[in-house]
Amino acid sequence: MLDWLTEPLEFAFFRHGLVVATLAGALCGLIGVYVTLRGMSYIGHGLSHAIFGGAAASALVSFNFYLGAGLWGMASALAIGRVTRRRIIGSDAAIGVITTASFAFGIALLGLYGQVRRSLDAAIFGSVLGVTVTDVWVVAGVTGAAGIVVFVFYRKLLFTTFDPEVADVSGVSTARMDALLMLLLSVSILATMKVLGVVLIAAILVIPAVVARMLTNSFARMLWLSTLIGALCGFVGMIVSYHLDISSGATIVLVGAALFVVVFAVTGSGGRRRAAGLEAHGAPVGVG
Amino acid sequence: MSDGVEPLLRLEQVTCAYDGTPVVDRADLEIGSSDFVGIVGPSGSGKTTLLRVVLGTVTPVAGRIWRRPGLRVGYVPQVETVNWSFPVTVSEAVLMSRTTGRRLPWPSAAERAEVASVLDRLGIGGLGGRHIRELSGGQQQRVFLARALLSQPQLLLLDEPTSGVDVRTRHDILHLLAELNLGGLAVVLTTHDLNGIAAHLPQLVCLNTEITGRGTPQEVLTPEVLERTYGAPMEVLEHGGMPLVVDLYRERENVVRFRRDAS
Repeated sequence: MLDWLTEPLEFAFFRHGLVVATLAGALCGLIGVYVTLRGMSYIGHGLSHAIFGGAAASALVSFNFYLGAGLWGMASALAIGRVTRRRIIGSDAAIGVITTASFAFGIALLGLYGQVRRSLDAAIFGSVLGVTVTDVWVVAGVTGAAGIVVFVFYRKLLFTTFDPEVADVSGVSTARMDALLMLLLSVSILATMKVLGVVLIAAILVIPAVVARMLTNSFARMLWLSTLIGALCGFVGMIVSYHLDISSGATIVLVGAALFVVVFAVTGSGGRRRAAGLEAHGAPVGVG
Repeated sequence: MSDGVEPLLRLEQVTCAYDGTPVVDRADLEIGSSDFVGIVGPSGSGKTTLLRVVLGTVTPVAGRIWRRPGLRVGYVPQVETVNWSFPVTVSEAVLMSRTTGRRLPWPSAAERAEVASVLDRLGIGGLGGRHIRELSGGQQQRVFLARALLSQPQLLLLDEPTSGVDVRTRHDILHLLAELNLGGLAVVLTTHDLNGIAAHLPQLVCLNTEITGRGTPQEVLTPEVLERTYGAPMEVLEHGGMPLVVDLYRERENVVRFRRDAS
């Protein structure tokens, strides 16, 4: 058993990948709590697709990956906001149009300019082969920064997530908290994209949080449980990925999904009811 | 409705509109530091909007608002707007309003004592560790009352605090609010319950986009004011010295007669 765990560690690329995947899982688990409780899962999914277009364009013109993809993601978020403001189109439809168009643009670019098939697969499904020491530092830095932001703004983020209207009148700048969360989400997707892949990031944002929700009724406990579960999925997923020789992103998601099934079965109807409640957020406020 | 000294808040000719349609039209309102006011009116009459103007979350398109400098306002939203599946315990929900001062995520010993004290005061001591969905309707209402009281407000605003609760719970909530008011807290609430709530309050404001009446229940719960407010004929009887509103809506009478005949 120990050999099974230590054998892949002989390779430097795998050690880097293991650290990145564990940190990425923890990071997505942490941010995922806010994403799922605010019903933003679709935004996470969309943003990762949008950023793929920027990543492809950056690769072709040899521009810095993080800067190029980050700027592209920000432009996509602004475009979604602009389209939604016209009111005829809902935000879900705007996300669907803009982010999938950006994703398609990325695929078309890579196809047109003859990039190798492997790089496309790696970007979509995740790979540890391309993880560099810089990537390890980037993910570690983003995870640390996200932890500090959540620690410092814990109370304001919780209030804004649970009851934005009352938070606003209680002196919390909910617009600033929303912007901070969107920034954290974008940066987290950007940092973890290489190892998890654009298609699978959304799953790692959602699964640990949903599993944690089934296990607890306390927000504080859900936050650290989700972070821990995300890290566990990243670590175990990487080891399994090495032995089965399948993509890291897919394995991490499958480990998370397996954990979901186990917890779903073990916690019974109470846990299922708690997880189902993740959809029932932010009921519209009536005008009397 | 001021008590002679400087009011907590004053609205002058305030108009609010959504997409150009007035929801509140030229409303004048003054809230004094010992007032206990109910805003009544039919659905869509602008009750919640007027409450939000007082709260400061809705900006009027015309008129003036004056607030006493440093005014602390506590707000209890409609329970229907609360996400009961959100993973928060009673203590976590109450502590949410404490967002200034301490930066650490976990509460200090003093904060824990404060939460325990306010929960005890509202009769839900010992429930701090429970999830908010595990409580009864009255207890849930008290959790959000406790959250509002933790910020030691001078003015407490409640949006339909008794909707969806049973008669006993409605009495308990009303009694609790009266006690808080006697303790020096100004209270403003919205309600559509004329007999169960409005008739028991010291002051009422009737609203149907415009303010159609204001005064004590005896002064405003009259057939004339109610018809102006609800657009339907109503009879007012007296029961135990208090007005009792009877709905004379003809179609409803027919439904009652139909059911009686059918049985």
